[in-house]
Amino acid sequence: MLLIRCLALLPFLGILVGTPFLNRATPLILGLPLLFAWLLLWIVLTSAIMAVIYHFDPANRDAAAATGPRR
Amino acid sequence: MNAALLIIGLTALAALGLGLRARGGRDMNLEQWAVGGRGFGTILVFVLMAGEIYTTFTFLGGSGYAYGHGGPTYYILAYGCLAYIISYWMLPPIWRFARQHRLISQPDFFAVKYASPALGVLVALVGIVALVPYLVLQFKGLGIIVQTASYGAISPAAAVWIGAGVVTLYVMASGVHGSAWTAVAKDTLILAMAIFLGIYLPIHLYGGFGAMFSAIDTARPGFLALPAKGESVAWFDSTVLLTALGFFMWPHSFGSVFTARTDQVFRRNAIILPLYQLILAFIFFVGFAAVLKVPGLTGPNIDLSLFRLSIANFPAWFVGVIGAAGVLTALVPGSMIIMTAATLLANNIYRPIQPDAGEARIAGLAKLLVPVVALVAVFFTLRGGQTIVALLLMGYSFVTQLFPALVMSLLPRNPLSKAGAMAGIVVGIATVAATSLTHSTMATLFPALPEALRDLNVGIVALVLNVVATLLVGAMFRGRGLPAASRA
Repeated sequence: MLLIRCLALLPFLGILVGTPFLNRATPLILGLPLLFAWLLLWIVLTSAIMAVIYHFDPANRDAAAATGPRR
Repeated sequence: MNAALLIIGLTALAALGLGLRARGGRDMNLEQWAVGGRGFGTILVFVLMAGEIYTTFTFLGGSGYAYGHGGPTYYILAYGCLAYIISYWMLPPIWRFARQHRLISQPDFFAVKYASPALGVLVALVGIVALVPYLVLQFKGLGIIVQTASYGAISPAAAVWIGAGVVTLYVMASGVHGSAWTAVAKDTLILAMAIFLGIYLPIHLYGGFGAMFSAIDTARPGFLALPAKGESVAWFDSTVLLTALGFFMWPHSFGSVFTARTDQVFRRNAIILPLYQLILAFIFFVGFAAVLKVPGLTGPNIDLSLFRLSIANFPAWFVGVIGAAGVLTALVPGSMIIMTAATLLANNIYRPIQPDAGEARIAGLAKLLVPVVALVAVFFTLRGGQTIVALLLMGYSFVTQLFPALVMSLLPRNPLSKAGAMAGIVVGIATVAATSLTHSTMATLFPALPEALRDLNVGIVALVLNVVATLLVGAMFRGRGLPAASRA
């Protein structure tokens, strides 16, 4: 689970560290400026990563456990 | 009255009606009025939270910033994502602690966690100060919509007064139940409107997205990326971080956490809400489409770009439909903000001063304060002068100062003392207030610094000073642990 939780760091890296390297308008990706497209990609990836984390998180196994202490 | 104004007016009336119906004859005590009796499921909490994101800020502010500033607007795409990731782990313990202690507001949370009523009052003050620019920007948006849709017949000042009046009536009638149900209507309309405008305008005006962005890139080289100076990469990163950390520090966002029925709601929302951010892209498309088609808007007027472009391309009735969507995007969050500010004043500032005041008196006072808060915001709105995005960033600089004390209080053993927490918040807020009042930035204060440091968002600098002060004062008061009862 720890390893899977570390996935949540990827969007931080992609957005905060990736931006300086991809700060340009061209080439257009699917018609969009490069940096714009890069950030949109991370929106979709963030959602996917959170879905994976949700799936493997024992806190979500049953609704009863959801109100109890988790760590 | 033209068709546009008629449609907008009818929408406002319908929203008022929905708000009144949502109350449904329930007896409203403060808990009912402010946190909906803690009975909202995934969908309603989702729309309440989403409702706070899709405000006038995105609709007019987002398109306006894309129009006026270009590339730096992308920061709005980025911070929500990071905030939702944090929320997955941060919101469930907040919710559990709040439920366990039957808390109804953000200052209650800090006051109980740190066993310090004084910290509660301080947090309430920070919240109220930060909410004012947020409310001002909603009123500014309402003013823009009413004024533009009247095709100039209604003056900007009168438009602001009308908008403020509608929001006030709405809040006094319904409380949070009204917000949740109108939020459903609003989200549907804004989604449809943003997607339609964002696809139709670039294709209709330029022949496609690639053609539009190529044309802008040719006419304004560099406009579609971050500039080397000013709103540079350093500004982007510091602003994204500031706003991501501050996202749930807003008193009304914090308050909407309390409305959930279970804590699973937040973990599920952390998957869906990032995707909801994609709507922002369509709103930016509208702003970008306006760059070459309605040029010449500068300063705070960039926020008019979406409507200027709409008037140039659509008949009056359709401008009315767009305006109706805009009115709802200001009404729902505006009502949440006013309600939160009024509740903070009554429950977290007045009650500690008058501890013997009964529940009914506090609830009554909260409702009485609604028009007062609205009047203060109208005053600042009419003084004007700032773009919608600048207003929100100012609010963020304030609320994010609460983040260190909050996060530390969620740890099993909080390393911070209440003195450390208070010192940090005071230093952070003082820094933001001083720089806001004197219109300073890192660049004006320290012109000799390298560009990357000069462009840092002042809110992040304040946050660093906040943490330093917290640690220094915390070290002085080391060893005075908190009573066990205040630990989660």
